[in-house]
Amino acid sequence: MLKTRIIPTLLYRDFTLVKGLQFDSQRVVGSPVQAVQVYNLRNVDELVFFDVRATLDDRRPDFKLIDEIADHCFMPLCVGGGIRSVDDIRGLLAVGADKVVLNTVAVEEPDVVRLGSERFGVQCIVVAIDTKRDGHGEPTVWTASGTHDTGLDPVVWAKELEVLGAGEIIIQSVDHDGVMAGYDTETIRRVVEAVTIPVIASGGAGEFSDMYDVITAAGASAVAAASLFHFTEKTPMEAKQYLASRGILTRI
Amino acid sequence: MQRVAIVDHGLCNVDSIRRAINECGAKAEVTNLPEDLSRADKIVLPGVGAFPDAMAALEQHGLIDAICEQALGEGVPLLGVCLGMQLLATDSVEVRPTKGLGLIPGHVERLVPSNLLERIPHVGWNEVHQRYEHRLLAGVADRVDFYFVHSFHFRCDSDVDELATTEHCGQFTSMVARGNVFGAQFHPEKSQAHGLRVLRNFVEL
Repeated sequence: MLKTRIIPTLLYRDFTLVKGLQFDSQRVVGSPVQAVQVYNLRNVDELVFFDVRATLDDRRPDFKLIDEIADHCFMPLCVGGGIRSVDDIRGLLAVGADKVVLNTVAVEEPDVVRLGSERFGVQCIVVAIDTKRDGHGEPTVWTASGTHDTGLDPVVWAKELEVLGAGEIIIQSVDHDGVMAGYDTETIRRVVEAVTIPVIASGGAGEFSDMYDVITAAGASAVAAASLFHFTEKTPMEAKQYLASRGILTRI
Repeated sequence: MQRVAIVDHGLCNVDSIRRAINECGAKAEVTNLPEDLSRADKIVLPGVGAFPDAMAALEQHGLIDAICEQALGEGVPLLGVCLGMQLLATDSVEVRPTKGLGLIPGHVERLVPSNLLERIPHVGWNEVHQRYEHRLLAGVADRVDFYFVHSFHFRCDSDVDELATTEHCGQFTSMVARGNVFGAQFHPEKSQAHGLRVLRNFVEL
């Protein structure tokens, strides 16, 4: 049977790894290459690597860094941040990324999702949907590292992405990011029910039980976490053992 | 040192498999030249992307005949990975009906979910059930997890060619073996220690 994936997320900015808080204040937590080496040794299910400021700073992805990271990565590597075109996707795949994460560009130029999946296969096109709740408590889709409200409904947008050719969707809650008080289970559940592709829950895990909740209550195919793994003593393997003890199939 | 030619049809991340093959103590050479295949001890056919594009790219570079000649005529071990395994089949329905290399009789079909929890693409770690002992799987326990990411699967005409199966959308063929021609639907280069063991076994055949 297919296992539920536990995915450490590495947030990268200005040559260092950072810890985010609601997509804002980021604190330095170390060298990206070292972190990838550690996760490779720890035999994690998959790694997501985000260059968090690339789009805001109008930078392309750092192909050289990804090349270096991929050297240490004998597990799937998913790379996001600063991707603006099909050429950027090709470039990242060429240096060793297995999948790319599109976000702002997917909203601004949905054709990049379509062309990317046609050319390289749906399996390598992941789209991140960043959500933030408005004054009425309704989530909308935000882009550019959580600085721009598109006004899009995340459920409607997720369905559109599936048609365009996205292979997976990562739902990240800006409100929950780094707060470590649980995922936005409600929004994630609504997206899971609306699409047939895998949905990865991201943003907000503070306890392993938060992962359990979003897997069972929302039906997420995978859970991603950054702060939980980088800022506590907790490891992905412990997360998997905890989930397995509560009946979730994980790879141990 | 074993020379392993990795067939580059321009559609995929060949760097991961190159690194993994080198890690296994062989010399990996990424190429789209037919003459390079005739100098290789082993051939790996990787692949992501769509079936018709991959076949068109192989044809354009004169690689279809080269691969078949080496595998069938010279008996050079050939390993297809992911889409590369599917390309070994007779044909595929992905995008439009397209002929494959025809090295292992079978058809490539879409995975069909049997319930709402089964998502397509099939992404993640899943168990590989070995149907019989094979050198390619030496030192790999039955039912260990490998990393998959695909929406189509290889349906063999004869279960004699089926080396392993995996459960998702019912049960599908996750490895094929016929003489010196092999295929893995999962990504050994991304499946950590067990994956590297499969590649090492292939290199050492």
